[in-house]
Amino acid sequence: MTAEKIYVFKRFERFWHWSQALLIISMLITGFEVHGSYALIGFEDAVSYHTVFAWSLVTLWIFAIFWHFTTGEWKQYIPTTDKVVAMVKFYSVGIFKGEAHPYRPTKLKKHNPLQRIAYLGVLLFIGPLLWMTGWFYLFYSDWAVWGVSGFLSLEWVAFFHTVGAFMMLLFLIAHLYLTTTGHTPTAHIKAMITGWEEVD
Amino acid sequence: MSLGRKIILSAAVVLAMLPTLLAFALPVKIEGASAPQASSSALKKRTSTADHSKFKELQQNFKTGPEVTQACLLCHNEAAKQVQHTKHWTWESKDPKTGQVRGKKNIINNYCTSVLSNEKDCMACHAGYGWKDSTFDFSVEKNVDCLVCHDNTGTYRKLPGDAGHPVYQRREFPPKSGKFVEAVDLKQVAQSIGIPSRTNCGACHFFGGGANGAKHGDMDSSLQHPGKYLDVHMNEKGLNFSCTQCHATSSHEVSGSRYNTSAAVTGPAHIRGKADASPAACQSCHGDKPHSQKNARLNQHTDKLACQTCHIPEYARNDIGTELSWDWSKATVMGPDGKRMVRKDSAGRRAFDSQKGEWKWESHVIPEYRWFNGTSTYKVVGDKIDPSQTVQLNVVGGSPNDSESRIWPTKVHRGKQPYDVVNNYLTVQHTGGEDETALWHNYDWQKAIGTGMKAANLPYSGKFDFVKTELTWPITHMVAPKEDSLTCEQCHSKNGRLKDIQGIYMPARDGKHWLDVIGWSLALLTLIGVLVHGAIRIYSSKKEV
Repeated sequence: MTAEKIYVFKRFERFWHWSQALLIISMLITGFEVHGSYALIGFEDAVSYHTVFAWSLVTLWIFAIFWHFTTGEWKQYIPTTDKVVAMVKFYSVGIFKGEAHPYRPTKLKKHNPLQRIAYLGVLLFIGPLLWMTGWFYLFYSDWAVWGVSGFLSLEWVAFFHTVGAFMMLLFLIAHLYLTTTGHTPTAHIKAMITGWEEVD
Repeated sequence: MSLGRKIILSAAVVLAMLPTLLAFALPVKIEGASAPQASSSALKKRTSTADHSKFKELQQNFKTGPEVTQACLLCHNEAAKQVQHTKHWTWESKDPKTGQVRGKKNIINNYCTSVLSNEKDCMACHAGYGWKDSTFDFSVEKNVDCLVCHDNTGTYRKLPGDAGHPVYQRREFPPKSGKFVEAVDLKQVAQSIGIPSRTNCGACHFFGGGANGAKHGDMDSSLQHPGKYLDVHMNEKGLNFSCTQCHATSSHEVSGSRYNTSAAVTGPAHIRGKADASPAACQSCHGDKPHSQKNARLNQHTDKLACQTCHIPEYARNDIGTELSWDWSKATVMGPDGKRMVRKDSAGRRAFDSQKGEWKWESHVIPEYRWFNGTSTYKVVGDKIDPSQTVQLNVVGGSPNDSESRIWPTKVHRGKQPYDVVNNYLTVQHTGGEDETALWHNYDWQKAIGTGMKAANLPYSGKFDFVKTELTWPITHMVAPKEDSLTCEQCHSKNGRLKDIQGIYMPARDGKHWLDVIGWSLALLTLIGVLVHGAIRIYSSKKEV
């Protein structure tokens, strides 16, 4: 088996990915403490850290959005139905038989169709849901000034923020596992660190 | 600049910003309010421009209190009229919103119950002379007691039984106790008057309910010489506030009231020249955004919380403690010898007395929290009750949906009191005195209630029983140093201080339980799913080899 190497993840992309991963995991830990699920570092510190991580993520996202549009990389997330069935078959059957991955990433199309859908969902749905609700949560005391206190309630803002957090947690668990489904268990992880993906 | 360079530059900026942002994440401890600092030495300096010992009007051997007042009024000719408009004189308070007429004269409290028929005893704390029954004339100026508030010698004493007159002759008190109270030297007292000190206010307000600290819970004799731990403002070695520092007084009208409390003061601290009221509220000095910018989040709490809620973490923070219940149904229970029995608790506080019943005391009490808009509605003498339920002797107004309400710490004092089982109202009983219907003299409820109800002008069916009662008072004194204020977790947790407060969403306390059940279940199922998937992968790959 001869392996060919292609450069799929550029430097900023890798920085974005790992710092975002760190921030999201930290925010899940502190966020569920603020939610009251457990006591770990104390409510006061959990709130402080959660807020700082949130602002850090906002900053990171501003750069990431800028990067995606200036480089045209946003096109990587355009959903496609091509090979979706093959992908589902592979993960549910083929993978156990040692079949080859039906999708071969290229520089221009580095995400398989399931990844495209999943990441687009994270970027366009889970993310914004958390941002919007988190924003209102954070600026609760300014609602009256903004004129929104009449139709918003903290109870429901917090509810949908928690919904978003659970969705992010589910994504994280699935995502972490799926990183091991390359042609070797660590192939994808290596690619995310070095930028170079080995393809058959 | 190439695209690649742009990206590197962007990344570098984010990288540079991250540590800066993280620096703010350092745990922020609650920082102090920026209250104006007063110089304690300036407060101690004598500020009066008159030395009263040099006035010839005061150089006489006064026989009675009213004689002294007449001398005072020679110069202070408006003073009595002013006092006669205040609660300290009328013992009456009309609610500007509801119109209800309350005040000590009209309500039934949870301690000695009603003043009616007991005036001779109760009026030891009246700022006047001679109120012994309903015939007292409230317009007589010489009966205003100037000295009880203005004596600076600390020797002026008024005892129960004298209808507000000071001690004119050396007397054994309490009777048969072997302790004697000296006659007041009225001449000396009259020549040594000044601005009311803690001793003056405390003479009544520290000992309300018949014992040190009994009534309020946030006021007792320890405020005479408090340290910083007990009261950050009155701290003798620090700010050393007197009562009137906060209870700003004009025309003898003392600001601050439990009947109509300034419960939700907003806006910045008060400044000179500003033509508005200066309520006895924290905000008058601190404003409604008292925490530093570093703790801006705490300022976001002031639209829901009274300052007192966090800054008075416990009340009765000393060994004096406060009374938490008074059970009148145990009164008239005599000792084995058929005589009056008295018992104290381990801290030396009254626990039982055949005259009065049974008490429970506590120190370092955690307050009960209530929404409060500043208005208390009271049961007044003759108001109907529902004896099947605990009678609320007052109801603190307020709701979570009202911008005038805040969450306040309160002392709830619980008890049992007699009521007329036919007419369904609390009875008035004649307790104090040496006559044969006085409860504390004769131990006969029927006679005591009979006399009391007559004084109250209310029919009495002749049948009484005891009903559970509660009195709820906001807590506002004994403000702790900032280090001792509540931490976030004490409320933001499942079983925190505010677990029973309705109408607000509190992070860490609230949330939809079913969402958590669904969320964590899905997370667990996902985890199991990927683990099973992975296990099959490992198993099938081994089989192939």
